[in-house]
Amino acid sequence: MGKPGKDVDKRERIVRRIARELRDGFYVNLGIGMPTLIANHVPAGMEVTLQSENGMLGIGPYPVEGTEDPDLINAGKETVSEMPGTSYFSSADSFAMIRGGHIDLSVLGAMEVDETGSLANWMIPGKMVKGMGGAMDLVASARRVVVAMEHTTREGAPKILKQCTLPLTGVSVVDTIATEMAYIRVTRDGLVLEEIAPGLTAEDVQRATEARLIVSPVLKVMES
Amino acid sequence: MNKVVANVDEAIRDVFDGATIMIGGFGLCGMPENLIRALVRKGTKNLRTISNNVGVDGVGNGLLLAAGQIVHHIGTYVGENRLLEEMVLKGTIRLDLVPQGTFSERIRAGGAGIPAFYTPTGVGTMVAEGKETREFEGRTYVMERGLTADFAFVKAWKGDREGNLVYRKTARNFNPMMATAAKITIAEVEHLVEVGELDGDAIHTPSIYVKRILQGELYERRIERRTVRKVTS
Repeated sequence: MGKPGKDVDKRERIVRRIARELRDGFYVNLGIGMPTLIANHVPAGMEVTLQSENGMLGIGPYPVEGTEDPDLINAGKETVSEMPGTSYFSSADSFAMIRGGHIDLSVLGAMEVDETGSLANWMIPGKMVKGMGGAMDLVASARRVVVAMEHTTREGAPKILKQCTLPLTGVSVVDTIATEMAYIRVTRDGLVLEEIAPGLTAEDVQRATEARLIVSPVLKVMES
Repeated sequence: MNKVVANVDEAIRDVFDGATIMIGGFGLCGMPENLIRALVRKGTKNLRTISNNVGVDGVGNGLLLAAGQIVHHIGTYVGENRLLEEMVLKGTIRLDLVPQGTFSERIRAGGAGIPAFYTPTGVGTMVAEGKETREFEGRTYVMERGLTADFAFVKAWKGDREGNLVYRKTARNFNPMMATAAKITIAEVEHLVEVGELDGDAIHTPSIYVKRILQGELYERRIERRTVRKVTS
């Protein structure tokens, strides 16, 4: 198996791969944590509007030190800035936007994903109570749902499973899984391995994955 | 009609033990911090709170939690609150977690006289267990009920003496729906203005929903996660 690499490098690869799925004019919701970093990789000249489910369309970069505003935060409760043309609205309006299918792309993390495209990311019974926040609404209704996560747990256990074991966030809702090892599309026939990280083989990826992977006949190498 | 109350303690005089209270805010952003502090002082018990989060430990709704005033909470995300997580795992508080879109729509529906609605959110998951489902045009939806409360505590940026409210940026969040869904809505504002000073086209919450309004005494306006960038020369 190839070198696992540092966490920062792993994240960077995942984030850059997903950024390549952005299209001009997209309205995108980026989940808390790693997905937020995708905003730094919007290709030059492309217009992408970021939606934040706490009631904002048009998130800008983190504010310049000293200009942070307690009334201006993203869904991760981080201070942000606004782009020209920003609009603000209530949470009910925000989720009408989401539930109504107006979000082109939703990117979020997961603890488990399975071969039917179901995912789990909001609780571990008896251990962790966090809540689903807006994740269930986003995965149910965004036009396209991409999971951004590390391929295995810190202990090296697979996170891409035949069937999720944790309480689900959504049933058969994921379109694509991007990890530091692979880019995988969820299809009716199962999980199609479309791209692998440089230095890895399809067998390496399969060994780190519980679900069976269908290797694409046009398997590509991810940009490093 | 002048709805201004003299102070925050007067504003919550009739909040009773066992009341259901909606509390605005997304985390600490846009929360009615003066009303929450007054409720902690009042010491009202056995509260059922409806709020997106339970503040953070020791701040906002976290103060009510630490004081043991909450017996049942309905919200969407409690990841910032260790104390609550411990209480839930020990079984000393009842927690109902609701998807955020369903949560906000349940409150909106409650205030709009809609007893229930169908949503695609959560179908096939734990949150749909035991609930009626129905198919519309080939897709399955789950029925969710409207939510109402005895009191709503909301926070606005500006408000006039009649109770018209204007929120600022992402501090709006759940405040407008909550203002519509309670028997008694109490609004605290950063700037209390005279009737006529607010532009009628720009009002977010019309006065009809607000029973009492007060000028907030102290706004700490705490930031949960301060993220900044350096100026690049």
